[in-house]
Amino acid sequence: MENRPFLEVQSVSKSFRGLKAISDVAFRMTENEILGLIGPNGAGKTTLFNLVTGFLQPDAGRMEFLGQNIVSLAPHIICKLGIARTFQIVKPFSHLSTLENVAVGCYNRTPSVEEAEEKAWEILRFVGLEQKALHPASSLTTPDRKRLELARALGTQPRLLLLDEVMAGLNPKEQGDIVELVHKIREAGTAILIIEHHMRVIMGVSDRIVVLNHGVCIADGEPQRVCEDPGVIEAYLGKGAYACLGSKT
Amino acid sequence: MAETRGHLKRKLGRPTWIAVVCVLAALHLLPWVFPSILHIMIMIFLFSLMGQGWNVLGGYAGQFSFGHSVFFGLGAYVSSLLFVRLGLTPWIGIFFSCGAGILLGLFIGFLSFRYGLKGPFFALIMLAFAEIFHMIATGWSAVGGALGVLIPLKGNAPGLMQFMQKEPFYFMSLWMMVGSLYLVWRLEGTRLGLYFLAAREDHDAAEALGVNTFRAQMKAMAISAGMTAIGGTVYAQYLLYIDPDSTFGVVNSVEIMLRPIIGGPGTILGPLLGSVVLTPLSEITRLAFQSYSGVYLMIYGVILVAVIMFLPDGLIGLARKIVGKFQKGVA
Repeated sequence: MENRPFLEVQSVSKSFRGLKAISDVAFRMTENEILGLIGPNGAGKTTLFNLVTGFLQPDAGRMEFLGQNIVSLAPHIICKLGIARTFQIVKPFSHLSTLENVAVGCYNRTPSVEEAEEKAWEILRFVGLEQKALHPASSLTTPDRKRLELARALGTQPRLLLLDEVMAGLNPKEQGDIVELVHKIREAGTAILIIEHHMRVIMGVSDRIVVLNHGVCIADGEPQRVCEDPGVIEAYLGKGAYACLGSKT
Repeated sequence: MAETRGHLKRKLGRPTWIAVVCVLAALHLLPWVFPSILHIMIMIFLFSLMGQGWNVLGGYAGQFSFGHSVFFGLGAYVSSLLFVRLGLTPWIGIFFSCGAGILLGLFIGFLSFRYGLKGPFFALIMLAFAEIFHMIATGWSAVGGALGVLIPLKGNAPGLMQFMQKEPFYFMSLWMMVGSLYLVWRLEGTRLGLYFLAAREDHDAAEALGVNTFRAQMKAMAISAGMTAIGGTVYAQYLLYIDPDSTFGVVNSVEIMLRPIIGGPGTILGPLLGSVVLTPLSEITRLAFQSYSGVYLMIYGVILVAVIMFLPDGLIGLARKIVGKFQKGVA
């Protein structure tokens, strides 16, 4: 354990017109960790992403990245510090080529056109989009758009990558490809915070899992332990579900 | 495997360079071959220059301005008043015009982009500013009031940007237009140029990728305003008379924005192409319907509606579509 936490979120809350989307959520991440974030629809997962990346400001609480306060910083500054994200609903720059899309991210670390282009090609090869580099982003298929979303975020050369349902809408083969990429990204030294609905995928890929329900953190631990947690099962299946399952086995 | 270098930077192949040089050479000979169309050519170049200014903000950075006449008018008034009141030559005045345009642009940009104004709201802010300046120019007698400013003719005085012939203005506007083309062409291949496009395409995605969209839009505004103001100065020196209606009027905003929109917003050649099509049309209809002074505006309206409905990417977009179809047909 190091002294300086990599990412630390302390009792963060956020309300929308009185509705508590996130209340008193706290978690930590260590360097090079893959942390899964799960929860039923409307649990506040994406809101939490928006808080960490500066798209929303928390009503209360503290957030620190590498020992630096990141509350009330603009999204582009948080990106400069080393946190990149993808969007659940992909947002390609439709009129630009795939290469240019990724280059926008690469310019985060260099003003040089040559360096940005070199890096962009490297990332396109890494995610397997180099054949479509010069096509307009609007011509890409859904799986390719997800890859592009990932590639652009990687272009900013983050220390921490936030993935918001990058596997939604993909078939098992395509999901496998992305999982492989996720592992490679971590091996290259980037920590990952991932939201995913596919249980099989997230259980396999995460070192640790945090479960949100109605904006409250109800579990935090290793995948296997979280899976067996009565509170988590009830959050997904309804009150009394754990007792029912228990009586059957 | 395709070549993996040089796709971001803008470069021209040798045939294109040769073509560019040939066209420029031909344009330099034009005053001796067709001296009668010099006025139209000057108007084409001047409005292409100002259209390019609009294009940087509206086409590239995606912020449609409905009041670019405010920069045009400011450019015209600043240099003209400096000349008439202080005797400052417009050659220096043009820098003051450009600077004033940039400052005003940054001020309006700060007010608008700070709060994320875009689309119709930004267009209306620009329209409002153009109207405010129109009213100030009309009501304030120190700047000429409704009568405007008459620039005293000093004969053939190159030091004061005054010429008895049209040729010097022709070459001046030609080279300013070429300069604006070159600037925007170079800009396209830089980080800033790509940031303009990213901010236009998706504000949030750009921010998430480390783009300071506010700063990018402010820079677009500064370049745009400066270019348009320079056009205003030359226009004033060419006509030697400005009044509030012919500078800050809504008509001029439409004249400036229509060119890049028709030619192809967000393309380098769009404003020039739009200007080549529209300027003769406007001159001819103005002559043909002299007794009905508003008719050419109605024609503009019809063209604008038609272009936005059927050619959202302008004439350049249409050309690209045709070329694309042709290539597919061959292959």
